[in-house]
Formats: sequence, C-alpha cells, structure tokens
Amino acid sequence: MESLFFYLFAALAVVCGILMVANPFSRNPVTSAMFMVLTMISLAGVFVLLHAYFLAAVQILVYAGAVMVLFLFVIMLLNLKEEEKRKPGWVRMGFGLVSAGLFAALLLRSVAAARNAPLETAAATVDGGVKPLGLLLFTEYPLPFEIMSILLLVGMVGVVVLSKKELK
Amino acid sequence: MVVAMGLEQMDQYAPVLMMALVAIAASGGMLAASVIAGKRGHRPAIKDTAYECGMIPIGSNSARFAVKFYLVAMLFILFDIETVFLYPWAVVYKDMLTTNASLILGGMISFMAILAVGFAYILKKGALNWRE
Amino acid sequence: MESYLSIPHLLAVAGDEKIFGWVTPFVWYSAIKVLVAVGLMLTMVAYTVWVERRVSAFIQDRIGPNRVGIFGLLQPLADGVKSFLKEDFVPGHVRKVFFWIAPGIMLLPGLLSIAVIPFGSKLGEQDMVIANLNVGLLYTFGITSLSVYGIVLAGYASNSKYPFLGGIRASAQMISYEISMGLSVIPILLIVGDLNLGNIVAYQGGSLWGWFIFKAPLSFVIFAAAAFAETNRLPFDMPEAENELVAGYNVEYSSIKFALFFMGEYASMIAVSAMMATLFFGGWTLPFFGLDQPATTWLGGLLHIAIFLAKTCAWIFLMVWIRWMWPRFRFDQLMDLGWRRFIPLALANIVITAVVLWLKA
Repeated sequence: MESLFFYLFAALAVVCGILMVANPFSRNPVTSAMFMVLTMISLAGVFVLLHAYFLAAVQILVYAGAVMVLFLFVIMLLNLKEEEKRKPGWVRMGFGLVSAGLFAALLLRSVAAARNAPLETAAATVDGGVKPLGLLLFTEYPLPFEIMSILLLVGMVGVVVLSKKELK
Repeated sequence: MVVAMGLEQMDQYAPVLMMALVAIAASGGMLAASVIAGKRGHRPAIKDTAYECGMIPIGSNSARFAVKFYLVAMLFILFDIETVFLYPWAVVYKDMLTTNASLILGGMISFMAILAVGFAYILKKGALNWRE
Repeated sequence: MESYLSIPHLLAVAGDEKIFGWVTPFVWYSAIKVLVAVGLMLTMVAYTVWVERRVSAFIQDRIGPNRVGIFGLLQPLADGVKSFLKEDFVPGHVRKVFFWIAPGIMLLPGLLSIAVIPFGSKLGEQDMVIANLNVGLLYTFGITSLSVYGIVLAGYASNSKYPFLGGIRASAQMISYEISMGLSVIPILLIVGDLNLGNIVAYQGGSLWGWFIFKAPLSFVIFAAAAFAETNRLPFDMPEAENELVAGYNVEYSSIKFALFFMGEYASMIAVSAMMATLFFGGWTLPFFGLDQPATTWLGGLLHIAIFLAKTCAWIFLMVWIRWMWPRFRFDQLMDLGWRRFIPLALANIVITAVVLWLKA
C-alpha cells in the first residue's frame, strides 16, 4: 500500500516537474509556477511516506505557501510576456545542456551509490516528528542553527538593499 | 515504541488524502453541475468587456502594481522561515529546560536578537512604510 | 459479545478479503467521518451566510431574508439552487483555464484545515478527529498558506484592473498576517510542548483558567486579529472593499463560480472559528461536571461535539457582529498593524513566555 502511494506521489512530482519546464500546451509562466506548486505538494506526500512529517508540513508551509507566492508575485510584477516568445540562443542552450548534464551525472552517481548500499538504511527507523528533530537541532547542531539566523539577517539586508531605488 | 508511533502516524494521513479527494470532488462537482444546469445566454460584445463600474474600460486590462508588494513577499519568506525554526524550539523547550536550560534559552535569545537587528534595519530603512 | 451482524464484524470479514485488504474498519470510519464533516461543513457554510444576513439586518434595524421557509430558514437552499441555474458566463478577455481553476480551489483550504481539529472526544470507540496528526498545528498553517492561490489566481485570471488589484492586495494582506498568526501561537506550544491539537485541548482541561485565552491573552489578541485578516473579514476586508474596488478579485465572476468564492470565504471563517475554539477556548472540553475527560458514553460523546460546535458558532456570531462594529482599515494602516505592531509584539510575547517558564522551572 505504501509503495503504491510512493509511486503515485513520485510520478505526480515528476510529471508536474516536466510540465513545469516543458509544457507543450502553454508557455505561460504562471502555469509553470502552478505546476511547481503541485510538484511541491507531491514532494510533501513523499516526505510523509518517509515518516518525515515535520518536513512535509514545512514543505507545504514554506515552499508551496511562501516561496511560490513570491514567484507568482515576481511573474506578475514583471508581467512576463517576452518569455512566451523568446527563442533560446546557442549560448543559452549550451549552458542549459551543461547544467542539465551535471545534474544527470549527480543523479546517476547517487542512484549507483544507492544500489550498492544495503536496503535497510533506506527504510525509516525514526519518527520524523517535531520533537526528535528539535532535540537533534538544539543538542547536536546549535551552531548551524545560529548561523541560520545570520543567513536570514543577510537576506533581510539584501531585500532592502535590492529594492533601495524604490524606497526614499 | 518510536517506530510503532511513526507507523501509526502514517495511517493518520490517509484520512487527509480522503478529505482532499472529497473536497476536490465537491468543488469540481459544483462547477460541473452549473455547466449542466446553468442557463445559456447570448453574448453581446458589451458583456465581454472588463467590468469597470459600468464605464468603457480604459487602457490595457493588465494593471501594474507597486514594487512594495514584491518586497512584502520577500520579507514574508524570511520571517516564515524564522517561524518554522521556532516551532521545533517551542516543542522541545520545556523538556530541555530541565537538562540544558542555558543552551535552549540562550540559543533562541541570540537567534531572535540577530533577527531583531534585521527587523530594526528594515523598519529604519522604511521598507515597511506604506504611507508615502 | 458481538453479534455476527454487527458492523465491526462485517467490516472485519470484508477486511479479510484479499482485494479489499486495505478496507479496514479504520478506512471505513475515516470515510464516514470525512463525508459527515464535509457535509456538515457545507451545511454550516450555507447557514453561516443566512446567519450573517439575519444578524446584519438585526444590527441595522432591518428584517433580512425571512420569506423562504420559516424565519427564512430555506433561504440558503434557494440561493444554492439559484446559483446553479444562473448563466455561467466566462467573459472573453479572461485567461480561461485559471478562470475555472481559481474558484475550484477556493473551497479546498477551508475544508482541508478542519481535518486535524478534534471536534469531540470519543463516540463509541472512535476518536472524534479526522486525522490525529502529530504536526497538527503546522498542518493547519500549511493549508492556510495555500489559500492565497485561489485569490491570486482569480485576480490574475480575470485580466481586469479591479480584480487584479484586489487579488494582489488580498495576498499581501494574507501573507503578512500569516506571520503574526504563526508567531502568536508559539507561547502555547512553549507551555504545552506539543503540536498535536488533541493534546493542546487536553492540556486546557481542569479549570476555566486553564484555557489559553487566560493563560496567553496576548497570543489570543494577535491570533484573533490575524484570523480576521486571514479570512478577509471586516475590519480587514481590503480585497473586497466594495466602495473602492467594487468587489475585488471576484468582480468578473458569475453563477456558481461566484458562489464558490463566497463559500470558500465562509468555509475558512468556520475553520478559523473552530481553530480559535480549539486553541484558546478548550475545544470540546468544559471545566464543569467532568466534561473535560474523554467521554465514555455515547451521550457524553455527543455532548462534547455539541460543546465544540457551540463554541465555534459563538465565534462565527462574534465575527459577524464585529463586522458592523468596526470601520475598515486603510491598506497602509493594515500593513502597519501587521508588520510594525503585531510582529514585534508576538516576538516579545514569545521571549516573555520563555523567560517566565525558565524562571518557574
């Protein structure tokens, strides 16, 4: 039953991901963004099947609910129309192919590594709820947590600086 | 025990999926029903224009909006991530007060202090000032 | 002793079959709970509209809808039938696909977010909650954060100035208050140490002073204000603002699509009222007559559900009432309140609660 749902959500994520970047019916950026939201939600389903419940909830809260809203805002702000018409140039195609190739290599390598690893490690043994995660975060990794706050601070400063022209 | 709890938790997500399917079916069904039952009228040209309080629409249909909204969306993500980090902290806080109080309290207070600096900076630069 | 014709036994027999192996009693009971909850929710949506109209009329010294059925009780039915029969007009200038999708997804967040709310203790053997998730509260916020899409897509799909402005305003407002909402409940989590809503309710049993409205009053104030903003109710109904945006994001809609926006708003209003009852008013518990313990009898179980519904309805009534007591905020005042007042206040609230707990420990 679980594996059935895994294939369902994984397939949904992959299909929506493909439709996000190469939708044969529409080149509208908002459509792409909405397919990305669906991908995020499917990934949350996969996380639930991995017993990573906190991660699943955060995936929806932060990625589907916050990051994608920003994407939509940006798309609407720029009123992207040229995206629909633009033809990819050679240089752009080259860069795209190189980065896609790198990702493919990374993927193949991890698949190959996973094939040699014993299967038991893949199965969830700990409940990925909030409590175990919190304990781990605050006993084992307090320093990365503090560094996160500096990262967020840099983000805030960056936001203000980037939009400085608009502010008086 | 932990594993058993985890498996039990997994079952609890099945009703969520059911709920999602029922909700989608309900709203999809309503949309479909109105297509079947709805009245079909003719469409004069005036019906096809955008509604602007009964006047003839002026200019392009797509409005542009202030960059402020975009700023709000960006700041929202940053604060959302901060909130997400506060949840696991809040949940383990009481347990860790007995074992390692200085770490759990001090860690979060320094985290929030750094973010408070960022918040003060945003306020000072007037990024959240909507009254121009 | 169970008889052979009892439902659990029949379900167990059905569960033995290879094909229907997944149809366990759990699945059956869950399906029943889901269907009843969705049905009840949609009925409540219909009657909340009626309550809103009647109470508004009463407050303004009018009569309100009283013609269809006794006290106008059949009015929601008439409205429903009417919205199905109206012409479902799709203007030529809209973006067709999104124009259809936007009202379709409006109803989902409101319905989905009640899945984790415990609406009673026990009825027979069954827990009266659809999904007893350990990350309950985060799930609710996750679903709430998705409710932006219906509005933003409606604004985008309409391809018209007022809806677009309404949609953008609404989404900016909703995301702003989402932060204050998320931060406001953290003191409760500090006190309870759990995200599971069932445990949060159980913690509030015992005495009236155990309710979080008394234990975390500042959290309550921020959460309540954010709840009004999230559901786009007055005094924060900026996206609709009849007199400046005509009706905001749903101007170009007609027939059932318009009704779906309406229903979506009322569904999230009910969901947020239920959340309020759960988080701050002890959920299904009452601190008298031992009603804060899980029910052992069917009558007790039904009583708990009634208590929960009564608390929820009281909040719905209050939300309607406040609509006529408060003038609308201006958009800059709204953003000011959300970002510059509530966020620092909520952060201070968290620090104070944490320090108090530390001093107590």
